[in-house]
Amino acid sequence: MARKILFQQAINEALDQEMARDSSVIVMGEDVVGGTGGNGEMDAWGGVLGVTKGLYGKYGDRIMDTPISESAFVGAAIGAATCGLRPVCELMFIDFLGVCFDQIYNQAAKFRYMFGGKAKTPVVIRTMIGAGFRAAAQHSQCLYPIFTHIPGLKVVIPSSPYEAKGLLIQAIRDDDPVIFCEHKALYAMEGEVPDESYTIPFGEANIVREGSDVTIVALARMVGFAQKAAATLAKEGISCEIIDPRTTSPLDEDTILESVENTGRLVIVDEASPRCGMAADIAAMVAQKGFASLQAPIAMVTPPHTPVPFSGVLEDLYIPGPARIEAAVRNVAEYA
Amino acid sequence: MALSREDLLEAYRRMKTIREFEERVHVEFAKGGIPGFVHLYAGEEASAAGVCMNLTDDDKIASTHRGHGHCIGKGVDVHGMMAEIYGKRTGTCRGKGGSMHIADLDTGMLGANGIVGGGPPLVCGAALAAKIKGTGGVAVAFFGDGASNQGTTFESMNLASVWKLPAIFVAENNGYAEATAAKFSVSCEDISTRAAGFGMPGVTVDGHDFFAVYDAMREAVERARGGGGPTLVEVKLDRFFGHFEGDNQNYRAPDEVKHVREQKDCIRRFARRVTSEHDIAEQELAAIDDEVAKLIDDAVAQALAAPDPLPADLTTDVYIKY
Amino acid sequence: MMAQEKIVPITMPKWGLSMTEGKVVGWLIDEGRELKPGDPVMDIETEKIANTFEALDAGTLRRKIATADDVLPIGALLGVMAPAGVSDADVDAFVTEFQASYVPPAVEEGDTGPIYHWVEVAGTRLRHARAGDAGPAVVLIHGFGGDCDNWLFNQDALAAHAQVHTLDLPGHGQSAKAVGDGSVATLARAVLGFMDAVGIASAHLVGHSLGGAIAIQCAAMAPERVKSLSLIAPAGLGVDINGDYLRGFISAESRRDLKPLLQQLVANPDLVNRQMIDDMLKFKRLDGVTDALTTVASAMVDGNAQKATLRDALGNVGCPVQIIWGVADRIIPIAQADGLPPSVEVHKIDGAGHLPHLEAASVVNALLVAMVERAR
Repeated sequence: MARKILFQQAINEALDQEMARDSSVIVMGEDVVGGTGGNGEMDAWGGVLGVTKGLYGKYGDRIMDTPISESAFVGAAIGAATCGLRPVCELMFIDFLGVCFDQIYNQAAKFRYMFGGKAKTPVVIRTMIGAGFRAAAQHSQCLYPIFTHIPGLKVVIPSSPYEAKGLLIQAIRDDDPVIFCEHKALYAMEGEVPDESYTIPFGEANIVREGSDVTIVALARMVGFAQKAAATLAKEGISCEIIDPRTTSPLDEDTILESVENTGRLVIVDEASPRCGMAADIAAMVAQKGFASLQAPIAMVTPPHTPVPFSGVLEDLYIPGPARIEAAVRNVAEYA
Repeated sequence: MALSREDLLEAYRRMKTIREFEERVHVEFAKGGIPGFVHLYAGEEASAAGVCMNLTDDDKIASTHRGHGHCIGKGVDVHGMMAEIYGKRTGTCRGKGGSMHIADLDTGMLGANGIVGGGPPLVCGAALAAKIKGTGGVAVAFFGDGASNQGTTFESMNLASVWKLPAIFVAENNGYAEATAAKFSVSCEDISTRAAGFGMPGVTVDGHDFFAVYDAMREAVERARGGGGPTLVEVKLDRFFGHFEGDNQNYRAPDEVKHVREQKDCIRRFARRVTSEHDIAEQELAAIDDEVAKLIDDAVAQALAAPDPLPADLTTDVYIKY
Repeated sequence: MMAQEKIVPITMPKWGLSMTEGKVVGWLIDEGRELKPGDPVMDIETEKIANTFEALDAGTLRRKIATADDVLPIGALLGVMAPAGVSDADVDAFVTEFQASYVPPAVEEGDTGPIYHWVEVAGTRLRHARAGDAGPAVVLIHGFGGDCDNWLFNQDALAAHAQVHTLDLPGHGQSAKAVGDGSVATLARAVLGFMDAVGIASAHLVGHSLGGAIAIQCAAMAPERVKSLSLIAPAGLGVDINGDYLRGFISAESRRDLKPLLQQLVANPDLVNRQMIDDMLKFKRLDGVTDALTTVASAMVDGNAQKATLRDALGNVGCPVQIIWGVADRIIPIAQADGLPPSVEVHKIDGAGHLPHLEAASVVNALLVAMVERAR
């Protein structure tokens, strides 16, 4: 059994190992050093949640604090990527995409196509997603469907420490622009992670649990919730197969379709808003390509179509949890 | 460092090439052969040439929607550009970018840009790459009076200053953001005064005078290469054509363009000066004129004859690997 | 209490160092059935592997305790064997007593894993593990692309009779990925270096496939350190080898690519489950693995032919030698077990492919134990 570390340590280790391996890898973002220019410690914070702590001591000027100017520094990361660096840029919360989106979707995403295949933009934008911290409407969203919508971007959503490290190393080595979404509720998750460097290819879903009655597709934090639900359902005699796509762009359609072919029933769990989200997207895909296998309507377990609320009472209602997943699975399992 | 005879002839050739290119595109567009939106640079040639004559192939520029002049100034192949504007497979971007997205990373041209204010952040990155890799290279952001009001431009100037990047911000102030006058939309008399707020030197020069642009730019490039950080250079100039082709320019005074063409033509001004002060004969310039005319004729003929993209090209070049 | 002595419990086995519990997939036999050692009893699934649990003792199945989908800790009661003469009441009493006294092995939070060690051999960090305290040393050498955990079904059975050492060869498992020229001789030097590093003067070597060739090479290089050779589907005894498998294994990037390849290893393709494929992919995705495997494979194989033969070396080995080979081997043909010197015992295993130590574990374990006992 391999060593166990936290999700956030897995991220740090991936950055550390890639910065050690390749001098063109740089890290930039708000407070990623976390103390530049102050009167106290230089790398006091090491990221707003300490994820990049320790890298400054090892790599000095290759990790840079930025002004709170997302357009400028996200754009700078993109520009530097076209000029031979491999920047990993931290957009602290995905909610902040509104103040830098142009650089991502009009610039980075389109260079290669607009320039006739001659541009290479190996930039990674790391960003936190997800509710559960009472952080309210502007610090809790799961906006990855917006990026998934844009041709030219790759979108990665790890659900465990093992996934986090391997997918981040792949993202850094990948020659296309990558949006790397880290669910903040997973940072403290512990799991087995090899200490060596490794990669996980994009577009390959993980079959988290094998089962025969109902397919559950889940992302990020929802994967753990789906596992809890599946354990409960197993005692009732309902066997769930859980698929974690790991990347929404590219999306491993085959693994989902093959599973639905076996189970005939599909529940999609997505913490993003229901309209034009991943649940809707995957449901549409299966309805088109796997209709003949379906023995029940596809169920989507998502938050309501509202902003993320502040009050704990409301936020707990907002986030899809194991109980709602179980209910949805029972529904499709019982459908005759 | 004084410009040599060869430099001056080269500067003339670049300006003349831009002028002929744009005048011809104007004519061809009117014939209906060129699709989409086209924004012409004629009248502003001294800026592109004055800036780019200070740059090497290793230096980078990011351009604007009015980018043909910057492309030619930086050395992008004219045949490829013309074919691109026609949407042909032989174009610089294989017909997938068009006038607003011509880019040639090999010559350090990071792209014309359809988004006003899209370039300055990218230039910060290009300059950062040069700084980290220690190439001694600089990166130049061209933008207009319109983009001088964009947050991305402000953010980028601040970031470049904070990181002491070898970046130069060239504000080409032609007096109009589309149809809206800079006199209305820019809150200060000289855009260069905004430099002070970002802790960098700022200078305003006459964009009809190649030498004024060249000298200001030389100082800025030297500062950047020497580790002295960014500079804002405002170039005041005039465009001969409208915001885009098809613009009847009725927001300008009736005789404004006529006046500009007659009194403020940067190429004629350049020619007068080099023939009187620099031992360059008018015949030498005339010879260049002929060569440029042939080049543009040839570029148009080749572009017209070139193949369209193939249906299969629709879905290629989105990703390197997907 | 005579009756109780004839009652034998069937308990959840411990397959490998990391197993703490297993899930009952289903019984393969009915109550009343007479069993001899090696007969299939039930299918069990662990987080590492699914396999058939075979009877360890002879007897008659009298009672099924566990049922399908039960997840039980190791040592938990699965069923009861007893002769027909034992009364149901006695069986019931045995079950009651067993359940009352059974304590599941403690699983410490944060320390559920087996104890792997690392040792530096000529600058290369090798992972290894050990089971069993007493008796002669046995070193288990895995094959191409394998690791320590390939001996899941063997090490504990052997550990009752010997100190069992497993290691990840250079380039494999969690050992460093530098393999030098990747030759059998280089890998044999690594094994001998490993024995030096952990203080094993001499050992019984058990080698599978490439590990078999390495074991022969060790015996040739250092005969005094090798007490016996048990070679399971060894490389190095003939020309033919399924080179397409080796190349496919190296280049496979996804579950889809890998599954049909791994299925070539075994006679029963159902043995290749998701976890086995995932574990293999996790290994293959480590930096340096592709290069290491490519180097090792090209040192060993050219097309579908092995480059070197160790037949002569094997003929010159002084220690006892046995060869164990699955009749359904699709990687290295079993015909290569023929024509060896008469001193070499050859055991051909029906119903097994290239992994008889997994597919027919109890038969193979008995042969391995017998060799250790005999060649003490």
